[in-house]
Amino acid sequence: MIIFYTLAALLVLSSLMVVFQRNVVHCAMALVAALFLIAILFVTLQAPMVGVLQILVYAGAIMVLFLFVIMLLNPTSLEPRRGLWWGFGTVVALLLGGALAALVSHDEAPADPFTATELFGAPESLAKSLFTDFVLPFEIASVLLLIAIVGAVVLAKRGN
Amino acid sequence: MVPLNHYLILSAAIFAIGVVGVVIRRNLIVVLMSIELMLNAVNLTFIAFSRFLGSMEGQVIVFFVMAVAAAEAVVGLAIIISVFRHRQSLDPQEMQLLKW
Repeated sequence: MIIFYTLAALLVLSSLMVVFQRNVVHCAMALVAALFLIAILFVTLQAPMVGVLQILVYAGAIMVLFLFVIMLLNPTSLEPRRGLWWGFGTVVALLLGGALAALVSHDEAPADPFTATELFGAPESLAKSLFTDFVLPFEIASVLLLIAIVGAVVLAKRGN
Repeated sequence: MVPLNHYLILSAAIFAIGVVGVVIRRNLIVVLMSIELMLNAVNLTFIAFSRFLGSMEGQVIVFFVMAVAAAEAVVGLAIIISVFRHRQSLDPQEMQLLKW
């Protein structure tokens, strides 16, 4: 209980830092913190495998990629402070957040959650589901990743 | 046990923060980071529902969302690099060749 609310407060704080920090590197560091906190939330929700994957894929691979791009481009170039879109952004956020919160708090959630068995969330059951019911999406995902690799190499190649 | 609604409200808040980042920031890299934040908010919803409904499908979907997010980040950052080579700028306002 206490763990969830602490994690939630820290998560909202680090997400706000991702959006409102001026320095891009600080934004990236706040995003790493947010991803770690979400991984901890996954573990508390009986999804340890997904939590480990979250840290490996996001904090390990994607964030390194982001930091490399920040390093290759101009890390010190701060964007111009223009207040043009602030009003629009605030209105969009309030509308969206209000609508989502109203929708969410409207319905009665299941009062007593499913009592998790030993196997729920274990890598075995995830793998069993992934390689039987979802084997076609799994293969399509591998093709998607291959296409993404080829596309990234072609796009970022110098001088064509 | 924390009720399901609290997870959903937390995830809605994170998603709204991500939308604000996409709308107000003038730096393409931070815009991509905000998109990652939104994807993670959705993942949190999937995992919370998977836990509360006792079905593994939510976790499998999160696995696929992660694969798509990785592909999106790779291609997005490659596009950012090639745009930066042409324009020397990361400001989305500068990229308006298709603007009517």
